[in-house]
Amino acid sequence: MGRYIVRRLLYLVVVLFVVSVITFGLMHAVPGGPFDREKALPPDIMENLNRRYNLDQPIVVQYGLYMREVLIPKCQDTHWLATTEDDAMIKFKVGNLYCKWMNFGPSYRSRSRTVNDIFRDQLPISMQLGVMALTVALIIGLPSGILAALKQNTIFDYLGMSIAIFGVSVPVIVLGPLMVYVFGVALGWFPPTGWGSQPPYILGFIPRNLGWDYFKYAIMPAVALGLGSSAIIARLTRASLLQVVREDYIRTARAKGLRERLVITQHALKNSLIPVVTILGPMFAALVTGTFVTELTFGIPGMGRYFVTSITNRDYPVIMGTILLYAIFLVIANLVVDLIYAYLDPRIRYD
Amino acid sequence: MADLFNVQGLETRFRTREGYVHAVNGVSFHLKEGETVGIVGESGCGKSVTVMSTLRLIPTPPGKVTAGQAIYQGKDLLKMSDEEIRHVRGSQISMVFQDPMTSFNPVLTIGRQVAEPLEIHNGMSRAQALERAAEMLKMVGIPNAKDRLNDYPHQFSGGMRQRVMIAMALICTPQVLIADEPTTALDVTIQAQIIELIKRLRDELGMAIIWITHDLGIVAGLAKRVMVMYGGYIIEEALVKELYGHPQHPYTIGLLGSLPRMDEDAHRRLTSIDGLPPVLLENPNYCPFAPRCKFALDHCWNENPQLRTIGPDHTVACWVDPTTGKER
Repeated sequence: MGRYIVRRLLYLVVVLFVVSVITFGLMHAVPGGPFDREKALPPDIMENLNRRYNLDQPIVVQYGLYMREVLIPKCQDTHWLATTEDDAMIKFKVGNLYCKWMNFGPSYRSRSRTVNDIFRDQLPISMQLGVMALTVALIIGLPSGILAALKQNTIFDYLGMSIAIFGVSVPVIVLGPLMVYVFGVALGWFPPTGWGSQPPYILGFIPRNLGWDYFKYAIMPAVALGLGSSAIIARLTRASLLQVVREDYIRTARAKGLRERLVITQHALKNSLIPVVTILGPMFAALVTGTFVTELTFGIPGMGRYFVTSITNRDYPVIMGTILLYAIFLVIANLVVDLIYAYLDPRIRYD
Repeated sequence: MADLFNVQGLETRFRTREGYVHAVNGVSFHLKEGETVGIVGESGCGKSVTVMSTLRLIPTPPGKVTAGQAIYQGKDLLKMSDEEIRHVRGSQISMVFQDPMTSFNPVLTIGRQVAEPLEIHNGMSRAQALERAAEMLKMVGIPNAKDRLNDYPHQFSGGMRQRVMIAMALICTPQVLIADEPTTALDVTIQAQIIELIKRLRDELGMAIIWITHDLGIVAGLAKRVMVMYGGYIIEEALVKELYGHPQHPYTIGLLGSLPRMDEDAHRRLTSIDGLPPVLLENPNYCPFAPRCKFALDHCWNENPQLRTIGPDHTVACWVDPTTGKER
């Protein structure tokens, strides 16, 4: 098992390399640049800006410079300053050398911030929202899927699946503003916008003030974001469980005289969760790395908008940073999914 | 001796897009304590559905037992509450299924699955039940039984799994064992081992057996009485010797004719029965075997024959006397 995990993490390196090359190539292949404006900048200024950010270099050199900043620690005998220039994700001291590592570079658009700042300030908020949305999705999705399957073709099934269809087909861009209006403005139960977490965080993203002051902001967006995913989980759980209860070994369990409740909980459920776990990986990666519409609707200062605006802005370092982050989350989430598989199904063994 | 298990007029229907399939049509049979009977017939003739119906194990919907009774020790299984029949299943009447590959839960250990009936019926703790399960596995011939309790089904071969299934079915020492083609999915050599195993366990534990198979050869050495099913009807029933010596229904004759026999000229051609078994969407007013029968008379097309006694312990549902080819 240990060897398997190590192998998968090495594979992560390969994935990240390929993703970084493709992303870097594609974003430079798109016409236009980060400093193109409706009213063109004077050529001298343009030239200076391009030189400042190495954009006048051949693309292979640019890629090399970017990767060197990210991968190779830089050390000097004086303190690194708190400037965008000297910023990095990790700063440490070796002997009397001051080192920094993993600098994802500046943002071309917000001149005072770096991609590292975005990861430090926005990512934890997106992760909090994502984890809560996924929790909501599971809390609603699993039980309603199970109920719908057990009460197939009854009112529970139809009701649950109607809600699921509703959840899938009503996007956050409709549901979000509606919730903001009804629960935020009209009823006044929750603040319509904002986010209540303050750094520093536990484990990099868990806030310390887990009380009403925090959750009053989080409940609405987590539900709005989680509802769509819960619908997917519910439908998948239902379909999977319906298939499993037709298996021969369920008949065997009944023939042994088990109560129907035990037949489901002990014999059917674990088998039926395997396909559900499969989608949780990508779902998790998508939810925690920021969701543009939800964050915009509820005024949450998360990562989502950087995903979208960085592309239209040709904000190259932000594009690279967010895409690589997404890739890391996706690969790790899928690794976790595969490990859960092995737990759920003894026929799957890695090594 | 009184009947241990008595099924009368059992009828099972399945709802399909084309209409109601009449899978079991007024089947009656009985079983005495410690007795072994065989139910024989082609695939799809209703043998499995018959026994599953008595234990209410057919998927409902689309299946439904529409008539009949299944009296076990004086109580009708078909009228029991879910809780009552639950106490019969696995503890009084157990089943061994055809396919040992798919009949075990792939994600639970063998020990857990074999021990489960003891936990639910005898109120044993997990540890006690597992201990007993190890003894039972040893009894059915699993080497290193104790060490294998924590293995999963996929770590066993097909024959071993069928042994485990038998252990699982017999762990509560039931009165009746229903063996639903337990050897069909196995190699011929393994088949013989499994049959020997069940014979030995029958002698040790004394349970009655309903053995379902399409293989007349297997039943011959095992059962006392044999029932032949066709199209959801029992069409002939007799003691084994009588049935094999003097088969009266053209279908039984056909089945026996398709078997090679040790005591016959090795060059005899094996015969087959042309055509396919029927899917009945209504109760036919003709003999369901008539379309495939070489003896069929006009009468066979006008009226469906009922079972009638033609000798001691021999009943047949046929208008024709196959020795003369004339109506009996």
